[in-house]
Amino acid sequence: MTGLPRAAGATFKTEHFSDIRAARQPVGFFEVHAENYMGAGGSAHAELASLRDDYALSIHGVGLSIGSAGPLDREHLARVKALCARHEPDSFSEHLAWSTHDSAYFNDLLPLPYTEETLARVIAHVDEVQTALGRRMLLENPATYVVFAESDIPETVFLEEIARRTGCGLLLDVNNVFVSAVNHQTDARAYLSAFPLERVGEIHLAGHDEAEDANGDKVLIDAHGSPVSDPVWTLYTEVIARTGPVPTLVEWDNDVPSWEVLKREARLAQAVLDAAERKAA
Amino acid sequence: MFTDLQRNFSNALLDPDHVVPSGVTARTAAATERFAIYRNNVIVGLVGALRSRFPAVEKIVGVDYFAAVARVFVSGHPPRSPVLLEYGDDFAAFLERFEPAREIPYLPDVARIESARVRAYHAADDTACDASGLVSVAPDRLPATRLILRDAVAVVRSVHPVVTIWAMNSGERPVEEIVNWAGECALIVRPGRDVVVRQIDGGAASFIAALRRGESLGVAVESALADDTDFNTTQAVADLFAHHLVASIETDTAGSIQ
Repeated sequence: MTGLPRAAGATFKTEHFSDIRAARQPVGFFEVHAENYMGAGGSAHAELASLRDDYALSIHGVGLSIGSAGPLDREHLARVKALCARHEPDSFSEHLAWSTHDSAYFNDLLPLPYTEETLARVIAHVDEVQTALGRRMLLENPATYVVFAESDIPETVFLEEIARRTGCGLLLDVNNVFVSAVNHQTDARAYLSAFPLERVGEIHLAGHDEAEDANGDKVLIDAHGSPVSDPVWTLYTEVIARTGPVPTLVEWDNDVPSWEVLKREARLAQAVLDAAERKAA
Repeated sequence: MFTDLQRNFSNALLDPDHVVPSGVTARTAAATERFAIYRNNVIVGLVGALRSRFPAVEKIVGVDYFAAVARVFVSGHPPRSPVLLEYGDDFAAFLERFEPAREIPYLPDVARIESARVRAYHAADDTACDASGLVSVAPDRLPATRLILRDAVAVVRSVHPVVTIWAMNSGERPVEEIVNWAGECALIVRPGRDVVVRQIDGGAASFIAALRRGESLGVAVESALADDTDFNTTQAVADLFAHHLVASIETDTAGSIQ
């Protein structure tokens, strides 16, 4: 479904570059945020090109604002296209979310209602991205903190429809599933049972922060600044038992630890994939 | 309808006094409380982008003061592009106008150095040319000749000892009392992978700044002489090539050499 190996990968952070290059690392791929590589040149591109020589690469966009009510930012789409042409990633993915309105960029993945109107809009945007890039993309399920009164399509159905009608693949973020389920007091397992797993080209795992709201209810924040939590590992293991090995990224974007710590997380994901492989054999 | 919702959502993100858009709900908590998570993510994320671009400014004013100033900037100047490498290009100009920051008059120039450093870090991978192209130019055509500087090159001119202040707040030199409080000019370059900040004199700074604006050699020399009557053109041009700052040479008639 993508060119990524069915193995565990890790977020690439520039502070890990020399540690990563010191030896062959036990990861199948690295993933970077597209927008961090949109300068003309310098170390950022040099490091990416160097990694690209030895590992598969996933480019993950955070700024296309595919869930925008308005048109896509063509200039930004052209930047993404140039970046993909330059580094030839094995996968390009983006989010079911929006981040730009009237040219103001909010640097956050904002939620949208799920209706026939928004579905049509997102489908048109995914079509436009795939046509511009000349490649199939993956679309990721969001972590959300609010819901919309007007939403009348379940998120899993919404994603399946987009995938079915555009041919895009899906990126299943298991941490996002867990975060949203806790925040909306819904059942993560029911969500995963309904999720079209056959369309999943990559899985994301990450840590979240935990807080309490005014009612004393637990609220989770998709913070990417800590190890993957135990309930997320459990859900992930259950998903992999159903799908078999899927390229799996451990994300870590804030309070970035040493490469050793991130590598250990990737190894845990690899162990889950290896177990599924053995079972299938 | 979708458009209206996103407009209301956007307006409410940067303005805590704006009501949460109708239709935004939460099953367990008050919608306002949940909406506040998005407000916080947006502000904290953008403040974080400024922190990573302006570490010396943050060191000078302290973490809390920086966060407070950055919040004001973020609310009034959200990024106009998803490429956050460029976010904060106008932060120095904002600091200059921002009344509470005026008691630290050198702060905007420190921010200008930090802005230029990040631009230089991501600048194009161009190569330097040597001076041989100048040799063939007839002396009377030299003033109209243009020296095209490499993408990373930038100059910050200041009436404050801004290079020293920046260096002391970036771990480049120990923090100590500045005895001779005089204006300094910074040259920002990227000879290889690493960005370098060097102090240059006022004449050279005017000269390079004029070339950066695309002025001809003649205009750049006039600009330097206006700043420093002892400006030595031959030495300044030799320095440009010695420090690998020139990407190409354009004569007034033909195209570029090299």
